[in-house]
Amino acid sequence: MQTQNRPLSPHLQVYKFPLTAITSIMHRISGVALSVGTLLLIYWLTAAAAGPEQYERAQGVLGSFLGQLVLFAFTYALFYHLCNGIRHLFWDAGKGFEIETSEKTGYAAIGIAAALTVLVWIIAYAAGGA
Amino acid sequence: MAQFKLPANSRIGEGKTWSATDGSKNVKRFRVYRWNPDDGQNPRVDTYEVDMDNCGPMVLDALIKIKNEVDPSLTFRRSCREGICGSCAMNIDGTNTLACTKACDDVSGDVRVYPLPHMPVVKDLVPDLTHFYAQYASIKPWMQTQTPAPPDQERLQSKEDRAKLDGLYECILCACCSTSCPSYWWNGDRYLGPAILLQAYRWIVDSRDEQTGERLDDLEDPFKLYRCHTIMNCTKTCPKGLNPAKAIGEIKKLMLERRT
Repeated sequence: MQTQNRPLSPHLQVYKFPLTAITSIMHRISGVALSVGTLLLIYWLTAAAAGPEQYERAQGVLGSFLGQLVLFAFTYALFYHLCNGIRHLFWDAGKGFEIETSEKTGYAAIGIAAALTVLVWIIAYAAGGA
Repeated sequence: MAQFKLPANSRIGEGKTWSATDGSKNVKRFRVYRWNPDDGQNPRVDTYEVDMDNCGPMVLDALIKIKNEVDPSLTFRRSCREGICGSCAMNIDGTNTLACTKACDDVSGDVRVYPLPHMPVVKDLVPDLTHFYAQYASIKPWMQTQTPAPPDQERLQSKEDRAKLDGLYECILCACCSTSCPSYWWNGDRYLGPAILLQAYRWIVDSRDEQTGERLDDLEDPFKLYRCHTIMNCTKTCPKGLNPAKAIGEIKKLMLERRT
């Protein structure tokens, strides 16, 4: 019987991912996004330290439509990672493993993160920022 | 590093279509993964049209009908046909389950049937489970004791202690959960996976077992246990309705508790 060169059965190609898997990979992606976003924050701070001209330029970059879009995504990544992190804390305490509960908390993490993001941006605009 | 694409020898082509016999009114199409170790070809997906008016209700019934009446070369494992042996575990409609307890009517449209995901294929729907069984053996799935058993009776257990095994002893080791787990896909060589960890927990919580500490020592490892990131595919897919994710969570809790 041939045991070498056996094919690998399809995985990502055929698997239908449930909500809990989507929230899990979103946690990983938002974590990576936060690392990258922190570099953006450092750029802004360095520009502030480097002088008025550089700061003005950084404000221009971050305040542009594209810059604001990136910052908006960064805000969502922050809140999503926070909300889903709280979900992970409950799991670490042994709670919330039932399918129904884990799906409800998953939707909650996505929804609450979206609400907080929008709220922060409304406050930011109302305070005369951006 | 995780390999997201299938290797060159594993990419799937389009196979043959076997039309239903004339006069069938209630036809359902089964798109089934095929791979023959003897023809040197890549895997392919064959399409079988099945007359559901002359077929049992479950996906296994349809596969057996195909094998009996259409294509005897179709290869799959099956035995009890009632969800207790775990032989016919496969990926149906994008989810791992037992073909014998999955109703064809529960699948809308074509029924897509693949072997358990991310496993070496022996033939068609038969995956090689050697490594999975070796991992099971590695957790010493039997009762280990230091003290001698009472001479005149069995080792007794309170009703409360016995109840702790509910939701664990029912596992039939079909491997649906482990092969649904992306962590097991990418790190299956060292991560034990949900099925084996549920079994490990089954012995850890057994009040009669006296090697609890050693069992936990064995699992204290960055890969064996801690590759679980609570993706929950295991619990979602378990055809017996068990909760491997929770069992793993309980092991992680015990690890923490014994440190404090």
